[in-house]
Amino acid sequence: MAAEASSGASRPAAAGESGGRRDGLWLLVIWIVLSIIGCLLVALVWGPHMPPGAQSNTAASQQRDITVLATIATPVIIGVLLYFGWALTFWRQKPGDDTDAAPVHGNTKIQATWIAGTSAIVLALAVYGTVELIAPAGAGAGQGPQPAFNRGIPAAASVTSWAPGTNNVLQVQVIGQQWAWTYRYPQFGGFETTDLVIPVGVPVRFNITSLDVIHSFWAYQLGVKADANPGVNNVAYTTPEHTGQFVVRCAELCGIWHGAMYNYGNVVSVSDFMTWAQSTETQLAAVTKLLPPYALTYDPTTLTNLGKVNQQLGLTGAGGGYYNPADPEQP
Amino acid sequence: MSLPARVATLVIAFLAVVAGGVYVALHYIGSQPPVEDYTSYASNGQVNVTLMTAAQTTVTDKPDWVTYFIQNPGTKQFVHTTYFKVPANTKVNVTIEGYDGCTPLRNPTWGQVTGTEGGVENVQFFNGKTLSASQPISVLNSWGSCSVQHTFAIPGLGLNVPIASVTTLNENNNLCGTSPCVANTSDQANAPHTVVTFSFTTPKAGGTFRWQCFVPCGLGYVDGNGGPMATPGYMMGQMEVQA
Amino acid sequence: MAIETQPESAQAPGGREPGGTPKERSWWLRPAWHTAIIGAVIGYIFGHWLGNFLGSGYQQVGTSDDNDMAIVLGYAFLVLGWLIGLGVFNDLVRQMLGRPINGNGPGADSGLARYFRYTLDHKVVGIQYLIGMLVYFFTGGLFAIAIRTELLSPSYHVLSPTAYLEVVGEHGTMMMMMMTSVVVGPLGNYLVPLMIGSKQVAFPRLEALSFWLTPCAYVILLSSILLGGFPTGWTGYAPLSIQAGEGMDSYAFAFGLMGISVILAGFNIVVTIICYRAPGMRWSRLPMFVWAMMTTAFLLVLAAPVLVGGMYMILTDRTAQTAFFVNQLGGSSYLYEDLFWFFGHPEVYILALPGFGIVSEIIPVFTRKPLFGYKVAAAGMFGVAILSFFVWQHHLFDSGMDPDMRPLFMLTTELISIPTGFIYLVAMGTFWKAKIRLTVPMLFAIALYINFLFGGISGVFLSDVPADTTAHGSFFVMAHFHYTIMGGLIFAFFGAIYYWLPKIMGIKLNETLGKIHFWTMFIAFNSTFMPLFAVGMLGQPRRVFEYARNLETLNDWVSISAFCLGGSLLIFIFNFVMSTVVWRERAPQNPWQSRGLEWQVPSPPPPENFKYIPVVLAGPYEYGDPDALPVADLNPPAGVIAGALAGVGAGADSATTSTGSEA
Repeated sequence: MAAEASSGASRPAAAGESGGRRDGLWLLVIWIVLSIIGCLLVALVWGPHMPPGAQSNTAASQQRDITVLATIATPVIIGVLLYFGWALTFWRQKPGDDTDAAPVHGNTKIQATWIAGTSAIVLALAVYGTVELIAPAGAGAGQGPQPAFNRGIPAAASVTSWAPGTNNVLQVQVIGQQWAWTYRYPQFGGFETTDLVIPVGVPVRFNITSLDVIHSFWAYQLGVKADANPGVNNVAYTTPEHTGQFVVRCAELCGIWHGAMYNYGNVVSVSDFMTWAQSTETQLAAVTKLLPPYALTYDPTTLTNLGKVNQQLGLTGAGGGYYNPADPEQP
Repeated sequence: MSLPARVATLVIAFLAVVAGGVYVALHYIGSQPPVEDYTSYASNGQVNVTLMTAAQTTVTDKPDWVTYFIQNPGTKQFVHTTYFKVPANTKVNVTIEGYDGCTPLRNPTWGQVTGTEGGVENVQFFNGKTLSASQPISVLNSWGSCSVQHTFAIPGLGLNVPIASVTTLNENNNLCGTSPCVANTSDQANAPHTVVTFSFTTPKAGGTFRWQCFVPCGLGYVDGNGGPMATPGYMMGQMEVQA
Repeated sequence: MAIETQPESAQAPGGREPGGTPKERSWWLRPAWHTAIIGAVIGYIFGHWLGNFLGSGYQQVGTSDDNDMAIVLGYAFLVLGWLIGLGVFNDLVRQMLGRPINGNGPGADSGLARYFRYTLDHKVVGIQYLIGMLVYFFTGGLFAIAIRTELLSPSYHVLSPTAYLEVVGEHGTMMMMMMTSVVVGPLGNYLVPLMIGSKQVAFPRLEALSFWLTPCAYVILLSSILLGGFPTGWTGYAPLSIQAGEGMDSYAFAFGLMGISVILAGFNIVVTIICYRAPGMRWSRLPMFVWAMMTTAFLLVLAAPVLVGGMYMILTDRTAQTAFFVNQLGGSSYLYEDLFWFFGHPEVYILALPGFGIVSEIIPVFTRKPLFGYKVAAAGMFGVAILSFFVWQHHLFDSGMDPDMRPLFMLTTELISIPTGFIYLVAMGTFWKAKIRLTVPMLFAIALYINFLFGGISGVFLSDVPADTTAHGSFFVMAHFHYTIMGGLIFAFFGAIYYWLPKIMGIKLNETLGKIHFWTMFIAFNSTFMPLFAVGMLGQPRRVFEYARNLETLNDWVSISAFCLGGSLLIFIFNFVMSTVVWRERAPQNPWQSRGLEWQVPSPPPPENFKYIPVVLAGPYEYGDPDALPVADLNPPAGVIAGALAGVGAGADSATTSTGSEA
């Protein structure tokens, strides 16, 4: 009858062993000490420098979230590495010894503790993640055409005009096309520019769409990432909290120049933003007249003006579909 | 077969596969279009670069693809490439001979000339008989009329030039049938086209800048952005700025 | 059910009639590699002509100068010609015509030639798969070297943008597509019958067919380079994939073909494991590797059909002008994303589970202890497999999908880390006060646990939607999946090669070279991928060739480390080739002193595996117990069978032990 060795592992409630090194106790103590040191370092020293920084409220929420995750991950990593290191140091087979070790098939208490512990951590993380998702209006992630998380974002009282101090959300449409980003401001006459400028301290609603294939609008320092899908409006919210430059990159492979599809954006003071917006509106008035009316999505095949040129001239312009709309093989 | 013979066969077969792989790697993956070097042709802080757009690419196996050509500054021949090199901190005077017809822009924003000297492009129209006077243009409406054939855009420098096209149906139906369209035959000499000129200054620091066309002229591909739009040497290229 | 309990049965494997001896024709007349290639070439030419005949009148083909129909039909007939040339349909046609089937079961032909044929011996198929998988892996690795060469500089371009994306796509697809069967193919097919005490698999023809489709898929995928490559990476997102040039057809066709291959392989393994276990091989005595194979095979059979459907739809969108995925013609790009990731997520568990199975099989042998928590380990594998179907939306968190679904999928994805954690519980329990032997396989197994730790933890980061907003589509994701798949599966795969090669070929790989290979690979691997977590979090997206200047140092470090990683794999190739071809150091029958059933037969095993179907008496992990029965009786007298089936004799459940000594 083989006695079941008491296998106190590196978890709480380990029974003491008869003689020997008291591996369980040592492992537990070392693990706790290293974990405390590690967690403090991660949370307090590394935390304030965690990506993606805190230039906006969504970025700050992500930074908090990543810090919490890292702090919880630290004891797990330390524990596993410590355990394996200990095992490889102290439990090697001595040369010349050809026997087997003690046959332990399992330990219900350890197994139950482990399952309960991991489940608790995981469920807590899921709850915390949901909280961080709701709190800053969706954590900067694209929410599709009907955003569900908009806590703290005023309802868009007007899509056609915006003034500082009113309880209205600034609308910026981000248009992805192969291979550049352009930005339309419907509240300033609908001009379209390659510069992205937003005012500090003001909630911004990005309406992100694409004219051709799937792109992804990633404003790193603002903590905003939303896919630009053709024919679909993808909404992301953020409120910048500090002025400065931020980088916008495309984060979904969209063709050959995907790697070169980036530009810089600027968060400026509210007055600077108003100056910029009004002057740009005037400057671009001529070309704004040529643009299609502002809409949340643009389907090239249904835009009436576009078809006119093709039909008038009988040209096989490729704008939109596979081939000439007059072709009888078109579905 | 005896053992040494079998081993020898296997080794030779293996080396043949490796050689094939190296060939494919160098020829298909590692190749880039030739670079037209204008750096030694600059003087007084300026350099003249000439490009051409063509409605066909009869010099390759994709005759229906539209393409750019770049003139070699030494031989004055138009080479089928889109890569060129210019010196830094220099005013580049670009001439584009536009032999293609019009296609609407997907996004009319690109109909505005930006980043050039004076914010304009200077256009001359050749209708098959006479070359008109040069007129400065700052915005083209490609949706309302037949007016834009391609764009030359360097997003890294904020440069965007929609290249004007010939405007009437008759001209668009009599485009140059060969490429590059140099005046060797009467068909080429009488082909309707535009001559567009503009200037911009390269930055002081060197670098590689991509340039592309924003007109979806890849016929037969979804959204018109495949085919020539996505193949180096046709409608997309690189400008190297040598510091 | 074909459990044979008598030695000479009336029906030999392969349906051969008793006493039928095959007439031996010259090697070049019998169907093999060379006839397959001839068939493939003829098939491609015919298919290409047919596609041109059907499609060249369409305006879309005329203006784009690309005839996708010709290419796709060319590939389809290439595969058909290849299979006909191999003789895959010969037995089928013979049976339909009522003729006897010539024996090509195990032992039908001998020597090196049988590895180049369509054979029905699962051991031959296993070795064919092994060589194939090594070739595919190293080809994919070469593409990775090209990627890292381009990324040495943030602005100078070694490759043109098209070539760079081509290379990125080839690397990713070669790895994710071809390596789906990296363990199921070589090791699953070879070892499962041996481990469960069977003389054969349930469907030897399907198994061989699943292998022979892989060289086709490999060549088709590589031929994409000759057609200009595909610009979408391995995920093939529409509508870019519909817009792309001719090379895209290669991707879609090869992936669909590989999907069919894995469905067949998985189906065969599931039926074999369920129906072909020897008497006494209860579920509670099944080796953990077999549990992993079974759960993986279930995933293959259930998830891969969705992939094949999605790839088929890409092909029809590109050739027949359907509009499944093109928004402006009534389709939806989301449809593709969902179809792809509904397969794509179980796919990564198809890659991870066999790695878990291998290491769970290796560690009891080299700790000389039973596997701690056997039932927990099996439950973990099942939990991972089942949950993997409920998490795929986490790839689409930022895509504009319904935002209410996000907390749900965050929860399910977090939950999947619980059964994954069981594997660690089992490992740590097995290591408790063990007698660890640091052989080369054990080193690789331990490396899996360390690497997968980082991979798994980073997965938890990605499952958390706010953190995912920054990390999605960046190099953080890259580091995550390289740690889990390469750090997990590939390390386990190499460990498995070192462990089982003595059984498969009767030859030991050189131990010193093995240790050098391990240490260089482990250090270079971590040096390559650990900085990528930082690179991603600092803002570099995936699949780009231009990145921020301040990340240049990190990228250069990673590239140099990647070259070293390639070098470590060269050491492996050297070891493998020299040990199997030149040195040929004979291995004893059971060099690791393992209790596994596969180790009780000679190395290499005879064609019929077991002379008599064994009767299994105990589990394979009963180390350290002087009372444990031997794992099986290989010469059972007739009466023992009834007894073993009735459960009489030493019951060998994990909780109790009994007298008897290890053989």
